[in-house]
Parts: sequence; structure tokens; C-alpha cells
Amino acid sequence: MTTVWSGAALAEAIEAFAPGSVESSAGTDVWLKPESISDVCGGLKTRAEFKFDLLSSLTAVDYIDHFEVVYHLTSLPMNASAVLKSRVGLGRTDASIPSVVPVWRGADYQEREVWDLMGIRFDGHPNHKRIMLWEGFPGHPLRKDYVTYDQSIVGPSDEQELVESTDSDGGGE
Amino acid sequence: MAIKTQPVTVNLGPQHPSTHGVFRMRVMFDGEEIVDVEPIFGYLHRGSEKLAEERTYTQIVTLTDRMDYVSSMLNNHAYILAVEKLARIEPSPRGVWLRMIASELQRVASHLVATGFLIQDLGALGTPLIYAMRERENILDLFEMICGARITNSYLRPGGVFMDAPAEFWPALDRGLDDIVRTIDELEAYLSGNEIIFSRTKGTAVLSPELLINASITGPMLRASGVDWDLRHRAPYDYYDRVNFERILHTASDNYARYWVRVQEMRESVKIIKQCIEQIEPGPVRPSFDDVPRLIRPPEGDAYVAIEGSKGELGFYLVSDGGISPYRMHVRASSLINLTLLRDMLIGGQFGDLFVTFGSVDLNMGEVDR
Amino acid sequence: MGQAFLDNSLWRNVYCFLAGDSSSCASRDYSAGLLPAGMEWLAFAIAAIIIIGLFVNGVLGGVIVLIWGERRLFGRFQSRTGPNRWGPWGTLTSVADAAKTMFKEDVVPADADKILFNLAPILIAAPALLVFSVIPFGIGTYVADLNVGVLFIMAITSLTTLSVLTAAWSSANRIAILSALRSVALLISYEIPMALAVVGVIMLAGSMSLGDIIVAQGIPFILVQPLGFFVFFMAAMAEMARAPFDLTEAESELAAGYLNDYASMKFGLFFLAEFMAEISTSAIITTLFLSGWRGFEPIPSHFWFGAKLIAVLFVIIWFRMTLPRLRIDQVLKFAWKGLFELTMINIIVTAILIAIWPEPTVRHLWYMAAVNWPVAILSIWLVTKLLGTPAYDRTQPDSNAPEYPVGSEEIPASSAYVVETSAQEGGD
Repeated sequence: MTTVWSGAALAEAIEAFAPGSVESSAGTDVWLKPESISDVCGGLKTRAEFKFDLLSSLTAVDYIDHFEVVYHLTSLPMNASAVLKSRVGLGRTDASIPSVVPVWRGADYQEREVWDLMGIRFDGHPNHKRIMLWEGFPGHPLRKDYVTYDQSIVGPSDEQELVESTDSDGGGE
Repeated sequence: MAIKTQPVTVNLGPQHPSTHGVFRMRVMFDGEEIVDVEPIFGYLHRGSEKLAEERTYTQIVTLTDRMDYVSSMLNNHAYILAVEKLARIEPSPRGVWLRMIASELQRVASHLVATGFLIQDLGALGTPLIYAMRERENILDLFEMICGARITNSYLRPGGVFMDAPAEFWPALDRGLDDIVRTIDELEAYLSGNEIIFSRTKGTAVLSPELLINASITGPMLRASGVDWDLRHRAPYDYYDRVNFERILHTASDNYARYWVRVQEMRESVKIIKQCIEQIEPGPVRPSFDDVPRLIRPPEGDAYVAIEGSKGELGFYLVSDGGISPYRMHVRASSLINLTLLRDMLIGGQFGDLFVTFGSVDLNMGEVDR
Repeated sequence: MGQAFLDNSLWRNVYCFLAGDSSSCASRDYSAGLLPAGMEWLAFAIAAIIIIGLFVNGVLGGVIVLIWGERRLFGRFQSRTGPNRWGPWGTLTSVADAAKTMFKEDVVPADADKILFNLAPILIAAPALLVFSVIPFGIGTYVADLNVGVLFIMAITSLTTLSVLTAAWSSANRIAILSALRSVALLISYEIPMALAVVGVIMLAGSMSLGDIIVAQGIPFILVQPLGFFVFFMAAMAEMARAPFDLTEAESELAAGYLNDYASMKFGLFFLAEFMAEISTSAIITTLFLSGWRGFEPIPSHFWFGAKLIAVLFVIIWFRMTLPRLRIDQVLKFAWKGLFELTMINIIVTAILIAIWPEPTVRHLWYMAAVNWPVAILSIWLVTKLLGTPAYDRTQPDSNAPEYPVGSEEIPASSAYVVETSAQEGGD
């Protein structure tokens, strides 16, 4: 049975090797400061007491006044799991967080997906492009302020622009 | 003697016979050798996660069917477990056994599709695929008996399943399991010792276990590299701790190992189903509507549950704000994440192996793009 | 008119019927020809046109039947019915398909080289038909009995690749180019073992004429030349790009390869040529190794030829239905490292046997078969050993020292921090 780190214990353990990186903790969750995320993740992956070598899931939630990036980590040798969270883009401005791709390559497509659908920028991502939608798609659909029907319907004036953007990107220049 | 050559970029897909749907790759070839690959996704993106925010928890079951449409039951299963964790629902035992049976049947069906299409990608003109599909058809018939649907089952509900299996289901299931074993034997006799299949798949697209884990790749791909990681065993959900099964491992971590692990896992699934049939007892298949109302309002909070899907760790992350529909639903799509190492697998390989490697990942575009 | 034509009963009968030249038609009396004397040249031309029409339409009809038969067989191999709607047992399905193909829109890509693009289908269909001109379908039933018939077949079948390359180049499609390059590689590699495999047959028969080769087959040469047959069969499969060597069309890789941009009847011609190649290959194998039209007496020679042809076709379709495709490097390796050696062994052994029995009678052929079969089995086994893929050294992880440290059932030291032991039951 997988053991789940409690938030308090994990926060304490993280503070031990990366002081000042934890914002708060509750339940099984630990909230980290966005700027310290790559250091903490690097430590969690390599340090012998954690060995979180598998990034299960990376996603983001739009809480209107801020975004929350959620990391679900799994340790295969320890058979343990942990949840990291980080609040970014307070006041919906400039939502960005360091990328964890240098730590876990599994974050590659997941971070691109979060950028594409939620609009959180991952600094240092080696291939920071949209993944599901095409370059030039208006807005980020999973945001709560994305108006589903108005923005997705292409008006006559947008059509040319869309065609151009599709042509020029072709999925990715 | 060096001939002056120039790499050529070829666009493969989204309309291509073996891209398993609408996958697109921009591949740079130097002769037959692959120099660079750029995967391009999104041709089947339907915004399931956004749609889920406007539906009730029970309605979302139908959305999960359409994500990985060859393993709907497993999607249902992962989603329902997430809802149960979020809303703190205690499932009915008979419902749990039934959904375990359904999930394992679906795993067999999904692996049959994966195996059949892998051989199809190897260039066999349909015969092995049709043998595999014929057996899958029997499993779909069983699904039709228990829930009336074949592909988009929507069989599971928070707390169990929506309907008990009819009396004629059990003898049909016994017959079906025997048929499955017979078909796997037939497939193995035909395929596993075949020199062409062996020479084509052995030693191609080898990945180290460390790299696989670092890239979050799970499921048969990880087990084919010798890592003993099966969530049914490591983090047993439902009653998987009450059944015994072997974890299938292979150390080669090449295309053949992935194929072989899938074929053997089908046998293990049959074993699990037989144990489920022995242990299932009469009773309600789901809690009464007093305990679990039709409109579930989970308390505020979030829940992440992962199960061992047919393609890897299939997780659902649900955030509730106390309302009747989730505030946010995220799917940890194993098909998408298993493609992370696509470039590593393909670059330096041969064009002939491109789609074989692609097929050995066993991806489903419905799940990749969602 | 050369003597060769006069041996040809088909030709002779038509010609004599028109010209009334009973001197060359001793078997029947055509003394009163249709055409007046001095018009032999016209009789010659008309007879030629009739024979050509007969053969071309016969081959095309054969293709229609073959497509139907192949699809029915596919159905049986795949435990399904196959085409069964249009006509009795679906016999008219390929007729309907042909009609559909003809009425489709003919699309030419904008970037295509128009002249070559239109030339390629003709280039592929013409040689496929030409091959049939030297094949004896029965006693006296052939268009021409060339004394270099085998050489002619080798030369003509190579032209297919030229047209594939033309088609691919002219359609300005990169996938098509990849397909054409594979086709050329296949041709260069397999032409050599194919030609060398026939050398044994030619040595035994002492002639390159297909008619003489059939006459020389006191027993079918498949018994005397098992190695030659094996190599020729494999090389022929590769030459006409059938599974497991269907690399040029490779549906799962190249979509349709060089055919990608062809539509309508141009595609139809390629399709036709492909099936004509299948029939002609079977006919050549029947002639060279299965003693052609020879058989028991009361049953006519044409029947024997047809039965053997269908048997070979069945085997080809069986292969196609069963085996996955090889990779290009493996295919080429098979040609150069496998088949080439086998042909060399075959030629040496056959040469020694011919030195012992210079004028082989049926009894001598049996002796040769007795020597050749062990040689064939041994050498094929050796090549299989050399080229086969070795099995894995190890498939299961070492439980004592796993590659990746997974499997510790005990909770490690850090469990002091753990407050909860459930992944899904409790919630927080």
C-alpha cells in the first residue's frame, strides 16, 4: 500500500534541505513558493529519504484570484506519494513558475498542456509551445474567465487571422 | 565513398493508416534513418476537462468513456474512484467486484487491440488483427449483457455499478474466459515464435528503466523494462488486495518485451476475473439513493486517484467547491505521457520501425488529446 | 514467318485458316483460305491482332478472377466471409470495382510532372503484359517461344522498377520517393539471386527457351532443384513486392507508397499490373519448376498448367496473409547474405551433378534429387542459423539485484513522517 506523506511532515522535511521554500501545509498538501519549486523538486527526487523519482501528474487549477499548480509525486523505491502545490499568478497577473522538466522529463507534455489550456508559463521549459490547440488560439480555455461559446466561434474577421496563424505555425515553429 | 545526401522532411499523419487515429508527426529522414521527429497533437481535442466543469458527477462518467475509447471501463473506474474519495462514498461490495470484473475484461480487450494493431503495424495484412478483434468482440458482447453498451459503457456509478449482471451473464462469462485463454494461446503460437516478428521487434527502441521512470512512463512499458510497478499490487484499490496475480516483467525493454508483457497480462487478467467470480456475493450493487444521492455534492477539497489502466497509470484529479459539478477535473492521461520519450525511441531508428515503436507504446488518440 | 511461329498451334491455326497455306498446317486441311493468294501479309497481321487480343483479354480476365479469389481467400484466412453480395459468391465484385475505378475523378497533383505522371501507368502495365508472351500455357499455346525466354523474362520484369521510380518522381511526393528508393534497392538486390537461381534449371535443361525447359522436366524441377526453387520463389516475391517483402507499398508505413497520388484508372493500371505480376510470377514458377503443362494424358495440358498456377497463387496469397513485413535492411541482408550464398551452393552442386550425368534421363534426375534435397535442407538450415535473430539471454529481472530498486515491501525509514497509509479509501 502506498504511503502518503502528510503535509506537515513533508513541509518539515523540505524545510530541512531548502529553508524558506514552504508557504504552508495542510492535510496531505504542501504549498511551496513558486520560485523555489525546481530546487525543492530536485531535492525530492535525489535525496535518499524521498526518492520521488516519478512525477505522476502535473496540473493547474484556476481559483479566480490565483492559479494553483499541483504536482503529484510518487516514489517507486519507497512506494510513497506526496502532493506539492504552488500558488502562482496572484491577481491573475503574470502566472509563471519554473519548469521541472530538468528534474523529471515526464513534466514535458504536462507543462505544455497546462500552458496551453490554463495559460501558466513555465520558465525554462525546453519546448514551450501549445500542445492541444494551435498557436494563435485566442485565450486559454480552462481558465474560468474563458467564455466558451463567444470566443470559440470564429467570426468573419478572425477567420483570415486564424488561417494565417495555422499556416505559419503548422503545429510548431 | 560518401554520397552527398540531404535529409528530407516528411509529414506523416494526421491522415495515415497507422497513426492510431489522428496523430501527426513531422519526421526528418536521412535515407531510411530517422534524424528528427516532432510529434504534433490536438487533432482530436474535444475539451473534455472543460466540459466536465458543466456536468454533474454522474454525467461525467459518459465523458470518460470517450477519452480512451478502447478501455472505457477503466476510465470509468478511475473516475469513479476519484469521486468516491472526494465525496467519501463507501462502495457496495458486489458493485466493487462487478466493476473489477468489468475493468479486467476491458484490460483484456484493450491489450487485444494493442497487440492486434502492433502486428498490423508490423505489416501483417489484417489476419492477426482480426483474430484479436474477434475475441474483443466476445468481450464487448459480455459488456452488452451487463450494461447494454459495447464501447461507451458508462457502467460504473459512484458507490458501485448501475445495474446488476443478469443471470445469463455468469455462464457466458465462464465461456468467454475460456475463449480468451484459447485465443491468447492461438495468438502466441502464431506470433511469439514468429521469426519475422522477433527480428523486427527485438532490440528496437530500447529504453532504460531510469529514463522511463524519469519520463513518468508507467504500465506495460515500464514493466517491460523490468521495473516491478503495478498499481494493482503497489497501491491496491478496490479489492485488488484480495486477489492473487503475477506481475508480468521482462527486462529487454524493447518492442518485443512490450508486446510480450501485454500478452501475458491478459492471462493474469483472466485469473483475476476467475477469483472475482469466486468471491462475489449477492447484495446491492450500489448504495441506496439515500446514502449516495443522484446529485452528489462532495465537500470542498481535492482528490487524486490513479489506477493501473491498460496503458499505464490512469489518474483523475478532481477539485470540488461543494457544488454539483467538479470545479476542475484533470485527467492524467497515460497515453499522452507515455509519448514523452517518442523522440528518444525513434531517432536513430529505421523508418520501418517507426510505426512499430509507435504501436508498442499503445496509445489512444482519444486519450492523448482528450 | 519464322519456324518458331509455325510450331505454335494457336498461331498456325489462325494463320492457316486465313491464308490457306496447308503446307505448314499438315494436321488439318485449310486448303481454301479466306484470303486470296498473295495476301499472306494481311493474314499474318490479322492473326497477330487476334492472338494479342486473346492474350491481353485473357490475362485481364484472369486478373479479375484473381482479385475476387484473393479477396475470398483473405476472408477465409481471417475467419470471415469475404465479398459475397454482387453476383453468385461475390464473383462480380471485382467487375463492380473495375467500373467504379474507371468512373472516378482523375486527379493530377499540381506539382506533378504531367508527362511522366501519365506515362508511368503505361510503363508498368506494358511489361507486365509482355511477360505473358513467352509463357507456354499448354501444348502449342504461346505467342512466341524465344530461345532466350528466361533472359527475356528477367529483362522485362526489371522494367517494373523503372516505372515505379517514374511514378514516384513525377508525383513530387516525398513518401512516394522513399517507396521508389526501396523499390530500386529491392530490384538491385533480388535480381541477382533470382537470375542465379534459374541457372541451375538452365544447366539441367540445356536451353533458355521455356518450351525446352518444360520438355526437359522428366520430373518437375522443384524435386531436382529445391534450393533453386526456394531462392527463386523468395526473390520473385520480393520482385513483385508481395508480403513479407511489400516494402514499396507498405501500407502501415508509407500509406500506399508510390501510388499515393494516383487516382482513377491510372491507379487501376498500377493495381492491374500488380496482379498481372502475381499471375506471371506464378506462371514462371510453374513453368520453370513445376513442369508447366505436363501431366497425365487424358486431362488436357491447359488444365494442368492452370491447376499448378492456381496452387502457386494460393501459396503466394497464403504467405501474404500470414506474414508480417520485414524491414528494408533485413530484406537486403536476406538477399545478399542468405539467398546469394544459397544460389552459389546450388550452382556448384548442380554443375558437379551435370558433370557426372551430362545428358540426364529421368532416372538421373531422381539421383540428382536425392543429392540435392539433403544439400538444400542443410544449407537452408545453416543460413537460418546464421541470419536468425538470437533469443534473449535473460528475460526476467534478477530478484536479488533488480535493475531498478523497486520491490521493498517494508516501509523505509522515512515512514516516521507518514501519517496516512491509504491512497484512496479515507480522504483527508
